[in-house]
Amino acid sequence: MDRRKPRAGESASEGVSNFPSRLAERFSTSERVFTIEFPSIDGGHLSDLKSRVDDLLPWFDAANATDSPAAHAHASNVAIAIALQQFGLEPILQVVCRDKNRIAIQSDIMGAALHGVRNIELLTGDDVIAGDEPEARRVFDVDSAQAIKIAATLKEGRYLSGRKFSDAPDLFIGAVENAAAPPLEYRAERVSKKVSAGARFFQLQICFHGDRLEKFVSAVNSNHPTLPLLPTVVLVKGARALKFMNENVAGIDIPAEIIAQVERSSDPKEAAYQLARAQAEHALSLPGVRGIHFTDFCHDGSLVRLMRDIGVTPRSAGKN
Amino acid sequence: MPKLLPIVEFLEHGIKKPIWDCHMCGQCVLHSTGMTCPMTCPKTLRNGPCGGVRENGHCEVKPEMRCVWVKAYERKESLPLPQSWRDHYNDLRPPVNNQLKGTSSWINLITKRDQVTPAGWIVESPVQENLRAKE
Repeated sequence: MDRRKPRAGESASEGVSNFPSRLAERFSTSERVFTIEFPSIDGGHLSDLKSRVDDLLPWFDAANATDSPAAHAHASNVAIAIALQQFGLEPILQVVCRDKNRIAIQSDIMGAALHGVRNIELLTGDDVIAGDEPEARRVFDVDSAQAIKIAATLKEGRYLSGRKFSDAPDLFIGAVENAAAPPLEYRAERVSKKVSAGARFFQLQICFHGDRLEKFVSAVNSNHPTLPLLPTVVLVKGARALKFMNENVAGIDIPAEIIAQVERSSDPKEAAYQLARAQAEHALSLPGVRGIHFTDFCHDGSLVRLMRDIGVTPRSAGKN
Repeated sequence: MPKLLPIVEFLEHGIKKPIWDCHMCGQCVLHSTGMTCPMTCPKTLRNGPCGGVRENGHCEVKPEMRCVWVKAYERKESLPLPQSWRDHYNDLRPPVNNQLKGTSSWINLITKRDQVTPAGWIVESPVQENLRAKE
């Protein structure tokens, strides 16, 4: 199967709305799955976006079309997801609860689905104070578990109001959980709640506490043995970025010894790389972990190096 | 009855505001959240904590405040509550009915108005039962 072939175009022209998610199909195999946080787009042209997609295509099964991450306005989640779909990179449409009420959330999902987007990931979203417009009104009309349930309702062919429609899209619904944020003991239970609401795969927040990740994954895996988990590994250039994350990104705590280890190294950039590599290898060794979600702040080829180092070969080299 | 409504609302708010910082959402779930009001969460989350809880258990939005859901998780065990209340902690709570804001949740409980969910919100009971069985 030619994985680069844009499926949306084909399906739209055939008038088929009910084809499944390729990401779901990938999870149904025994192969590892790798996803990537698609960079936020502030402006420019679709052609710039295409060249980024072309770089990622040989390596990744899907890319997150983010929804104004860290409460900074960017090109919209739906527009990016549609573009990714057209360029042949399977999108995961993220929808956060911060900016949209239940009506707008449903419109986002159904609008994207119309263009063939199948993977929908619902999350709470960073608060407006995390962004560059902290004076904005926060919405949070629904929370992430409710949004998941609403997406599951759309998958069954009805809006939250009960209004029915035909040719319901075969959505593949995902969620996010933070394995390392308090209350630690409750995080795995919260996964169960989201599963009962309709979530079928999870991407996990960046985590610098290997022990917490291990406990969390083991608890989730014993409750939901087939639920695919994708921990996030972040690639950064050095200690400064780690410090920034530790101080400014709520929910991400980086132990001082990890930052010191990178900072004191004779080659901090290499130390940061090796940290990410060790995290990826550790995560992949855990039962229930089906792959890795990457966030790349380096943009210098480190990501491809990491993929090769953890044993991934690009698709053009023969791997399907 | 309609004439009594404002009096009941006034009474409820008078009691619940000082104790729980009640926001009068009109669909009270305090019993299932360790007597901690989820509407005091700056994101008004009804189904558990967001991923932004700080290492010290404090809120992403208000760093000086303990996370409402961290508090709820502790209180549901530490307070002398009926087990049946604790069992509802991980329930999937439906979206808030914004039309009930400002009305008395006591009245809404009696009239079962607080249990009315949008027609599309159908919770499959077997899944919920399985989930409870696991807890």
